[in-house]
Amino acid sequence: MSTLVFLEHHGNELLKGSLGVLSKAASLGEAEVAGVVAGTGVRALADEAGKFGAAKVYVAEDAQLEAPLSQPRVDVLAQLVRDKGFDTMLFANSVLAADVAAGLAARLDAGINWDLTDIVREDGKLVGKRPALQDSVYVDVGWTSEVRLALFRPGSFDPSATGGSAEVEEIQVALEDFSSGARMIDQAHEESEGPSIEDAQVIVAGGRGLGGPENFTLVEELAKALGGAVGATRAVVDAGWYPYSTQVGQTGKTVAPKLYIACGISGAIQHKVGMQSSGVIVAVNKDPNAPIFEFSDLGVVGDVHDVVPKLTELVKQRKAS
Amino acid sequence: MKIAVCVKQVPEGSRRIDPETKRLDRSGEGALNPFDSHAVEEALRLKESTGEGEVVLVSMGPAKAQDALRKALAMGADRAVLVSDEGAAGADLVATSYALAKALERESADLILFGQQAGDSDGAVLWAAVADRLRLPVASQAAEVEHADGKLTVKRQTEFGYDVIEAPLPAVVAVSDAINEPRYPSLKGIMGAKSKPQEALSLADLGVESDRAGEAGSRTEVYALNDPPARGDSRKIEDDGNAAQAILDFLAEKRLV
Repeated sequence: MSTLVFLEHHGNELLKGSLGVLSKAASLGEAEVAGVVAGTGVRALADEAGKFGAAKVYVAEDAQLEAPLSQPRVDVLAQLVRDKGFDTMLFANSVLAADVAAGLAARLDAGINWDLTDIVREDGKLVGKRPALQDSVYVDVGWTSEVRLALFRPGSFDPSATGGSAEVEEIQVALEDFSSGARMIDQAHEESEGPSIEDAQVIVAGGRGLGGPENFTLVEELAKALGGAVGATRAVVDAGWYPYSTQVGQTGKTVAPKLYIACGISGAIQHKVGMQSSGVIVAVNKDPNAPIFEFSDLGVVGDVHDVVPKLTELVKQRKAS
Repeated sequence: MKIAVCVKQVPEGSRRIDPETKRLDRSGEGALNPFDSHAVEEALRLKESTGEGEVVLVSMGPAKAQDALRKALAMGADRAVLVSDEGAAGADLVATSYALAKALERESADLILFGQQAGDSDGAVLWAAVADRLRLPVASQAAEVEHADGKLTVKRQTEFGYDVIEAPLPAVVAVSDAINEPRYPSLKGIMGAKSKPQEALSLADLGVESDRAGEAGSRTEVYALNDPPARGDSRKIEDDGNAAQAILDFLAEKRLV
């Protein structure tokens, strides 16, 4: 088995999700694990990948790879499979990675399994673990093609630094004509304050139960006191209370912080799938029948307007003492 | 502009996986995949903004998927093509994208639209596979789509914010469910849908080889179905004025504060 991990980057840093998958691949303990990073000015990222388990990193530098568009990256990965004979390609899911993986599956007629939360070796076979139907059933999936592609749910694996170093090989890639058809003409990326929601160890999230956009300050202050990020539900984002970049759920971000505090969130399936992998879930909701209590470690039936500011004060006092 | 919209019928209500076949049970009532109705709506708006063109629905599924297609026709699409063949059952992404690409080639549309995911399989990748097979540019998670001078401008929503992507036509675009509010079919639309063309095609009609279709053409398999892991002990308390302290104690116990 020879494994290649797609290393996605943003703002001159490798994404935590990619590093997590890299660490997982290295822990499978088969042959050496390689990574691939594509873009411009990305050579330094290859060294970073070495610290997280990559024995080798392929670097594809090309102006056509500067923008985070999928199709030129399909060309890069397809060429690596052809030239280097990789049989297993792993991706941490994202808007970009999903499009790269699926394009590659079609190009190579290679089996692809998505939304995996784990991968194991059983009786000499690779088996993917996939929660399905709103996570009501866990499906063991496999591949029948020589080349196997897997997309992992964000937050499935924590990166673990091994302190190793990677051999770096720069590669030249011939791009398909249609791969440069789509062009990036503008990027408007919100630079949110505090830790980004997907990397945050603590997330305090607010839902419709807050009563109005002005009450998001309660959530923000608790998040600040805990050193965490702020999340929001689809309902409040749609209502314009809070920006999309903070949305947790099926059509927003999937997060898995150590601690998730849900304030005034009912726990609709749309939200649940985005946060249920969190380490510890605390919910405050005045409705004792809210579904969120079914998957919370600590549920508090109470008014968020009372409980949350008190908790913020207590956390501040504890940190000050 | 000719627009093809790829749509899927998904099982309605509670879903189950058949333990025998390990496939999704599709025996019950079906509905138009709700995410696809946003793609149908966007196609209709693009057609209406230019005042000319055609919106054709392209789907793969059992014969009764015609019902879901009729709903999209009632919204205003002009005609529908359903690839329906027993040999296509159990198709994974590799096999589905191959058959769908063959059906789309036959239509040579200027624009091919998808919804952002399938409500049953949670698949959110088909467009990229189809685009690669058709050798067309692709953009996904579109929050806005504009068309002018033979070019498409797509505002894409990612984990980092918004990108603006430009692509020449023909192109493949997957729209997000935030892009629009799908219209309800009018009574006139529902009546009119009954007389709109609904074509059914077999794999042979499309020249899809049997070993590239259905389970034979698939490259993934299902080994086993398991119960989800249970969460550990959970506690639920009522706020008697001391709930904030109880939460803090809990967080301290878990070493989270």
